[in-house]
Amino acid sequence: MNFRQVDDTSPSVNALEIKGVSKAFGRFPALKDVSLQARDKEFLALLGPSGSGKTTLLRVLAGLEQPDTGEVRFAGEDFLALPVRRRKVGMVFQHYALFRHMTVAQNIAFGLTVRKRSEKPARSEIADRVAHLLQLVQLEGLEKRFPSQLSGGQRQRVALARALAIEPKMLLLDEPFGALDAQVRRELRRWLRELHDRAGVTTVFVTHDQEEALDLADRVAILKDGELIQLGTPNEVYEHPATPFVFDFLGQACRMPGVVERGRLRVADWESDAPTGAPDGAVDVYFRPDEVTFAPADGAGLAAQVRGVAQRGPDVRIDCLIEGETVELQAHGPTLPPGVTTGLSVRIKPLRPQVYAAG
Amino acid sequence: MTAAAVAPLAGKRRTPWKQASILPGFPLAMGWTLTYLGLVVVLPLTALIVRPWELGLSGVWATLTEERVLASLRLSFGAAFLAALTNVPMGLLVAWTLTRYEFPGRRIIDAFVDLPFALPTAVAGIALTAIYAPNGPLGSLFAQIGIKTAYTPIGVYIALLFIGLPFVVRTVQPVLQDLDREVEEAAQTLGATNLQRFRLVVLPAVAPALISGFSLAFARAVGEYGSVIFIAGNMPLKSEIAPLLIVIKLEQYDYAGAAVVGLAMLFISFGALLAVNGVQLFLARRGRA
Amino acid sequence: MTPIIRLPGLAPLMLAATLAILGVLIVLPLGVVFQQAFAKGFAAYLEPLTQPDALSAIRLTLTVAAISVPLNAVFGVAAAWAVARFEFKGKSLLVTFIDLPFSMSPVVSGLVWVLLFGAQGWFGPWLQEHDVKIIFATSGLVLATVLVTLPFVARELIPLMQDQGADEEAAALTLGAGGFTTFWRVTLPNIKWALLYGVLLCNARAMGEFGAVSVVSGSVRGLTTTLPLHVEVLYNDYEFVGAFAAASILACLGLVTLVIKTLLEWRHSGELSAGRRH
Repeated sequence: MNFRQVDDTSPSVNALEIKGVSKAFGRFPALKDVSLQARDKEFLALLGPSGSGKTTLLRVLAGLEQPDTGEVRFAGEDFLALPVRRRKVGMVFQHYALFRHMTVAQNIAFGLTVRKRSEKPARSEIADRVAHLLQLVQLEGLEKRFPSQLSGGQRQRVALARALAIEPKMLLLDEPFGALDAQVRRELRRWLRELHDRAGVTTVFVTHDQEEALDLADRVAILKDGELIQLGTPNEVYEHPATPFVFDFLGQACRMPGVVERGRLRVADWESDAPTGAPDGAVDVYFRPDEVTFAPADGAGLAAQVRGVAQRGPDVRIDCLIEGETVELQAHGPTLPPGVTTGLSVRIKPLRPQVYAAG
Repeated sequence: MTAAAVAPLAGKRRTPWKQASILPGFPLAMGWTLTYLGLVVVLPLTALIVRPWELGLSGVWATLTEERVLASLRLSFGAAFLAALTNVPMGLLVAWTLTRYEFPGRRIIDAFVDLPFALPTAVAGIALTAIYAPNGPLGSLFAQIGIKTAYTPIGVYIALLFIGLPFVVRTVQPVLQDLDREVEEAAQTLGATNLQRFRLVVLPAVAPALISGFSLAFARAVGEYGSVIFIAGNMPLKSEIAPLLIVIKLEQYDYAGAAVVGLAMLFISFGALLAVNGVQLFLARRGRA
Repeated sequence: MTPIIRLPGLAPLMLAATLAILGVLIVLPLGVVFQQAFAKGFAAYLEPLTQPDALSAIRLTLTVAAISVPLNAVFGVAAAWAVARFEFKGKSLLVTFIDLPFSMSPVVSGLVWVLLFGAQGWFGPWLQEHDVKIIFATSGLVLATVLVTLPFVARELIPLMQDQGADEEAAALTLGAGGFTTFWRVTLPNIKWALLYGVLLCNARAMGEFGAVSVVSGSVRGLTTTLPLHVEVLYNDYEFVGAFAAASILACLGLVTLVIKTLLEWRHSGELSAGRRH
């Protein structure tokens, strides 16, 4: 089956364009002037904590919410002028929203059976399509079941098949793994990515799980308090977080105050070249607790005192006292520096510190 | 439908009292709801609120202080209060048995609790009268010990017991069912006796439900007519309930007077419900502290 | 949930007390209705039921219910759609007004119509001029019944639809369904059992209502007496067998209602509003 759009635009072209979208619920601003683009067939993650507006943005794309201002275009078409039912987006709801009184097969066929008579496929064609989709989501044999008779993972796949049945131009997923346990979650993640690649649709999915977003998406859009903070590939956002918030949100973080002067960064008694683009003056220095090297006390780096070392499986947690504050560092088993033991003084050098103007 | 489905973006003007939604049908559903409510509830109630004042303030007062009106209001509210109060322990007992014990026929008996809801009031009225009349099966028993039940305020009270019981049972039952067993078990491990466990753990938990059950039973009983008038005897000043007085005033074409009694009942019920809500709120606050 | 038996000493006592309360207070009156109805044998039971007055009372009862129940069912669905699917100011006030008839005395529910349409009602003179009769006529009975039974369907549907949320309807829209299709194929099937439940209770009350209709009926025998009013008329004429025979029909209506209601609670508990689940 071919899920592609009719006008097969080249992958570099932006399929989805969101410009200056704002939306308030009463006095609460859910989205503030959000602009972003997704390329054709791209897998885009909307990542953020709860209340960041990511689900609202997804619902705007689906047509379930109408923004107060802004523009949404898909393949050049003004999306906001289209009512939900004409947008042909495949939406997978957070709790799946399966029709509880319909069987799996009836659920999947729904989008085809509600079409106008002139556009409705023949009954046999619908049956074929349903059978094919059941195979695609690996649920053959369950077509007669009702949603209440399925496991969470199965329900999710029915919801996906139902969304794909209308040959959507874009697939929208709201916390697709939110209601599943960790094991099923990991399995489905991989499978969903394969499905996306095979179906060849533009996919936007919402998640609050940074690991999921980084693992799955082509690009990640990070939102906070209704604003787009950063948009980039998983690598870009992880390696170069635009703000302390992004740094914090994407992984564990250690934070030290510092100063940047004439291209040099000084933190306590340790000085190094400032990262390119670092602002002058008082700064906050962020680094990941596992991206550090240890040196003897007379070497270069931040003076630290080891307060405790705890082995946790392959990883080691090292509690240090730096500048009077307890900092939790991590090392992976094989790279555990020799000589780091409780009570010792050492020097610590962050490998890739990120520097932000002090706030 | 289109207005709700596709809110005009360019205008940015949303109706101030309603949040935009993609679901269709709001104007139709809301329009129908308001029109219907307006015609069936609001317009008639307006008449009830406005018409008493045709008598003027002094006329309203004179009607309210008629001996017969006062007596009937006293009877209606007094008997309703007592009956609802009696139904609280009885309802709790029935609800407790139905939720805590398993016995053959439990579900059938459970279903029977709702009979007063389903049985037309006139039917209940003549049946209760037959039972409690001086020659009836229970009425004759009471008569032997010198108590007249039917055709006295006691008869009114009995009818209101019948009508109110399911309200208490049905509000308490779900709460008893959901009551956290662990809390009770904790009380047991801490050395509480059965009575202490009931008094200190169960009763506070079901108290709000008991109060709502009481207020529902009370509200229903105050206005009850069909099951009461047959057994009441309807003697002016003695066993005449307020709703009956409304009927009598209407038969005398004293519309305004009937409206005065009706409005008074509405006001007193409203005040009583406010008081009950106050107690509820107090209990809820104490529960949170 | 399996009830557990504790306090073995107390259990039989509690059970006995419960059976005594329910037996005396609830089952006994029901039994008395049939005992009195059949007190003088089966022929004496049937005789009053075949009188023209009784037959016309049954016909009138069915007519009034046939008009008022569908009206309130449609209202209930519309009100539930508006209240459970949209956010607007004044919603709780609206719900209060929907519930209001439950806290009004049935007699007041009849009285208000007399205040409007009676001989000395606001619209009384106008109606007389145009020779329209509402009070002491079928339309008055319908109005009183509609007011008394107004909340039944709405009260079943609103909590259920609020519980279910609008996700399924939203999903249907994204799949290309129109508003009417969504309502017909997604909403209605989801609420059908609760709707039936509400209609059942509404109907039982509509057919059994006494206070409100007695105020507006004038009890013209054979013309404006519904079955419950017919019971009263016979009873006041000391035709006890006839009164209880008519009452037995109403009691059967109540029992049938109870059976269907209980079956719905057992079979479709998941599709009724939370308070109805057993």
